[in-house]
Amino acid sequence: MEHQEVIDRLSPFLDDELDPVASREVERHLESCPPCRAGFERQRNLSESLQRDLEYHRAPDMLRERVMRDLRAAGRRDAAPAPPCGSAVALAERGRGRVRGGGGAWIAAMQWRGSGDDAIAREVVSGHIRSLMANHLADVASTDQHTVKPWFAGKLDFSPPVTDFAAAEYPLTGGRLDYLQGHPVAALVYMHRKHVINVFVWPVAGAREQLAPPVTERGYHVIHAAHAGMSYWVVSDLNAQELAAFVRLLTAPA
Amino acid sequence: MERFTEFVLPYLDAAHNLARYLMRDAYEAEDAVQEAFLRAIRHFGGFRGVDGRAWLLSIVRNACFTQLRRQRSGGEKVEFDEEIHSHEVELSAPEADLANTIAAESVRAGLSQLAVEFREVLVLRELEGLSYKEIAQVIGVPMGTVMSRLARGRKQLLLVLGANAKEND
Repeated sequence: MEHQEVIDRLSPFLDDELDPVASREVERHLESCPPCRAGFERQRNLSESLQRDLEYHRAPDMLRERVMRDLRAAGRRDAAPAPPCGSAVALAERGRGRVRGGGGAWIAAMQWRGSGDDAIAREVVSGHIRSLMANHLADVASTDQHTVKPWFAGKLDFSPPVTDFAAAEYPLTGGRLDYLQGHPVAALVYMHRKHVINVFVWPVAGAREQLAPPVTERGYHVIHAAHAGMSYWVVSDLNAQELAAFVRLLTAPA
Repeated sequence: MERFTEFVLPYLDAAHNLARYLMRDAYEAEDAVQEAFLRAIRHFGGFRGVDGRAWLLSIVRNACFTQLRRQRSGGEKVEFDEEIHSHEVELSAPEADLANTIAAESVRAGLSQLAVEFREVLVLRELEGLSYKEIAQVIGVPMGTVMSRLARGRKQLLLVLGANAKEND
């Protein structure tokens, strides 16, 4: 195989898309030709860098919900042969303005999404207040993550991640079982200065990494995040900045 | 709609990832994906294959290119030309020497400087891991074109990285 022919085939060779004969010829040439081998190394490094360094942009929750709404609307339309002209799909298609986020479907999805999250935020704050009022912060009071984590075993059908952040001045003080959205969830209790932080954790299938901005509910700050297959709802009377800093610790890659 | 949920919906992330790299804008990408899903839902009756991913991604990339063309109209209209676009970069720049690992940031920046047609094949190959045959299905060109476009895209990205590195010296 000539030099130029080899150079032209480096890319498909790298992708394992050459037929076996051509592939062997390229291989043989690379063994005996340092410049071509250097060219191939550059391509291979580039390919590895792309795979390693480019972010894989998973669909944000809000987009998923927009699509699910369209899908449900189409399902209803299929079920009813003569759809009313104001069906959700028709509206969505008409409302999809080109203005950023100005489409009717987008706004509708946001409100829909917002109301779901609001409901959880309200429950989370109620749970937080209950834990303080009833003096029932922790079923297992311990600053040792190796005591708290096993305590949940057998009480929940999942194992919540439990890490002490005492070094960053967010010490773990215990854990308890709580109930949210009709499901038993793990509640982890942390302190920052004199402020109690409740962290509600439960697994969500196929959750995308997410860190929502803080919302305020009855004077408490609530932050929602999703990380490594877990949904986190974090609530405290701590200021929003320090609470957000804590959530970043909580959801930092191990 | 159960079949749609089974064959197409699992590729929502892939759809969004591709759109994000083609549009280079979070909002535009989401709009394009929703548009594509509406089309996909409408035309799902015509889906006969087993490869829901290639089918969906071809709809997504068409939605993206429609949107990009709409943005471009008004401005000058340049059709993609493999030859012309491969020589955009100053060829005197040396290819980036990637013997050592290259900074993640510069690879991201370099990719975003490429023509959308090159970004497309690179993302489908490197991030989605599609074969040439699957890429050909997605973008609707012969396999030979996929092969040469990928080779040119890689060559060009190396030149861009080399040129950027030189600038930062």
